[in-house]
Amino acid sequence: MQSLGSIRRDFAPWADPEVRPYIVFENVTKRFGDFTAVNNLSLSIYEREFFALLGASGCGKSTLLRMLAGFDDPTAGRILLDGQDLRGIPPYRRPVNMMFQSYALFPHMTVEQNVAFGLKQEGMAKPEIAQRVAEMLKLVKLTQFAKRKPHQLSGGQRQRVALARSVAKRPKVLLLDEPLGALDKKLREETQFELMDLQQNLGLTFVIVTHDQEEAMTMADRIAILEKGEVMQVATPAEIYEAPGSRYVASFVGNINMFEGTLARHDGNGTEIRLADGMVIRSESGANVPAGTQVAFAIRPEKIAVSSRPPADGLNAAEGEIYDIAYLGDMTVYNVRLANGQMVKTTSLNASRVVQDPLTWHDRAWISFRPDAGVILTR
Amino acid sequence: MSGKWSRFNIVSIVLGFAFLYLPIVILVLFSFNASKLVTVWGGFSIKWYYSLFQNQGLIDAAWVTLRVGFISATAATVLGTLAALALTRYTRFRGRVLFSGMVFAPLVMPEVITGLSLLLLFVAIGLDRGFLTVTLAHITFSMCFVAVVVQSRLLTFDRSIEEAAMDLGATPVRTFFQITLPVILPAIVSGWMLAFTLSLDDLVIASFTSGPGATTLPMKIYSQVRLGVTPEINAACTLLIALVAIGVIAASIVNKRREVQRLRDEQAAQRT
Repeated sequence: MQSLGSIRRDFAPWADPEVRPYIVFENVTKRFGDFTAVNNLSLSIYEREFFALLGASGCGKSTLLRMLAGFDDPTAGRILLDGQDLRGIPPYRRPVNMMFQSYALFPHMTVEQNVAFGLKQEGMAKPEIAQRVAEMLKLVKLTQFAKRKPHQLSGGQRQRVALARSVAKRPKVLLLDEPLGALDKKLREETQFELMDLQQNLGLTFVIVTHDQEEAMTMADRIAILEKGEVMQVATPAEIYEAPGSRYVASFVGNINMFEGTLARHDGNGTEIRLADGMVIRSESGANVPAGTQVAFAIRPEKIAVSSRPPADGLNAAEGEIYDIAYLGDMTVYNVRLANGQMVKTTSLNASRVVQDPLTWHDRAWISFRPDAGVILTR
Repeated sequence: MSGKWSRFNIVSIVLGFAFLYLPIVILVLFSFNASKLVTVWGGFSIKWYYSLFQNQGLIDAAWVTLRVGFISATAATVLGTLAALALTRYTRFRGRVLFSGMVFAPLVMPEVITGLSLLLLFVAIGLDRGFLTVTLAHITFSMCFVAVVVQSRLLTFDRSIEEAAMDLGATPVRTFFQITLPVILPAIVSGWMLAFTLSLDDLVIASFTSGPGATTLPMKIYSQVRLGVTPEINAACTLLIALVAIGVIAASIVNKRREVQRLRDEQAAQRT
């Protein structure tokens, strides 16, 4: 079976037309004065999905989350949760909870009281509250810190209190606004897996807002790429990476090399793209545009091979000069300058410790890639 | 910064402190004077303190002052806090600039004018001058000080904790009483203390708005001084100074301890 990326997914409700989406944004627009934060946006999120809203700052992702939580109402359009229109329902009556970017812990309450706050508002009985709080603190491994105040905790501990507090009420949907932004890299990576386990174990729907693409790729079932209040693409991390829908998405997520050219030929055997300098790229990926259209051929650095000799078949190969090398340990980055002046970024995995005849600066080198290695972008 | 005392530093400190405290020191010293003449030292005595507590007029005035201070500070705190909330939270309402200007105007208004205008108002509406009018006047002018103190706390207040409370199911009213109020309480308390102090030592506005039977301590002292300074007054002032000094020192010690504790906690948290 062939698939994009290296993961086979059994969870794909979005591919099943029978499944009704759980959260629906229907032509939602949000304006603040003259500024349009969200522009006629439609989006569906499914039950038990881990959904990421990814975009640069100011793309409207936090506004979407705040509208879902009930802090802002859409200017136009509607938001449905489990079939119910959320308009006019105040935040304290919505079955969603949010984990705030600043954690927003109550400074005058202990860890225990923070976690119990939402349960108290529900009018839960005291023994049950105590039991649930203990359970939550155990889940986030903070049992021995129950009596501390937030200022007596480290950043990572605060983050876990915020998490425990927001899932204590067992909300239908948990919203996470840049939840890991304040943590250092190592802690962030650990916490990412913890969050994924939590989501799996509790069976909740998670909607996360982040500007960190690695974070989104690691955790999410699907990612929505947002730009200027509009959705650029919604897809699984592998689809976003391997089959980006536009030049914007392709260059926003990960590194990419773009070759601008015109679609020269297009038949059952594949597609040919002719670049300005006459080079022809043969690709197996399709494009439903007529010949002569301006297109871009986009290819990820790791899918380009670099060697000191021309490839045997001579297909999709170009000669250049090694311009820069960065040795990163697990892999090496080569920037190769082609004859037409274009810089091509390639990465090769350092699978063995010893390399015969390694490339060095200013060496002549050949880049080459397979016909299925890249995608053709029309937008 | 070097820890050495240069001659210049010593001189400036001595001069500065002398300027600030010499009058007070002399006042305190002469309250223990045995002689009735205020400026001639006649030996140590505490008889003026004794006679102070026999002076029913002064004691009554002190009692009035405390009651006015307590009631006016409490009312001013409620009003000032509400004004501060309105000013920081609803930043887009019509006439906000006018409103904030009007709330803070009494801060810079000469007291004579505030006093006079209040007097005119009370006369116009036929309110008999007395305890009630003094209290109302004090509420009026100390409210804006409370508003300033509370507003400065609210400006650094993280609104997301209120949103978090509502997100967790608390209605706006509950959010206010369970989250907002406890967090800004220190500012409200210090606003109250400021209002109380302002009311305690106000002379000008009280003179305008007070009537028979509602003489405050500053008014009483002032009227007695006009007849000649007695060591009794010195004793009364010394007691006031002691009271204020104890209050200020206690407050700063508590604050300092809390700060140290907080720092220690934070360091402990970073280690775990």
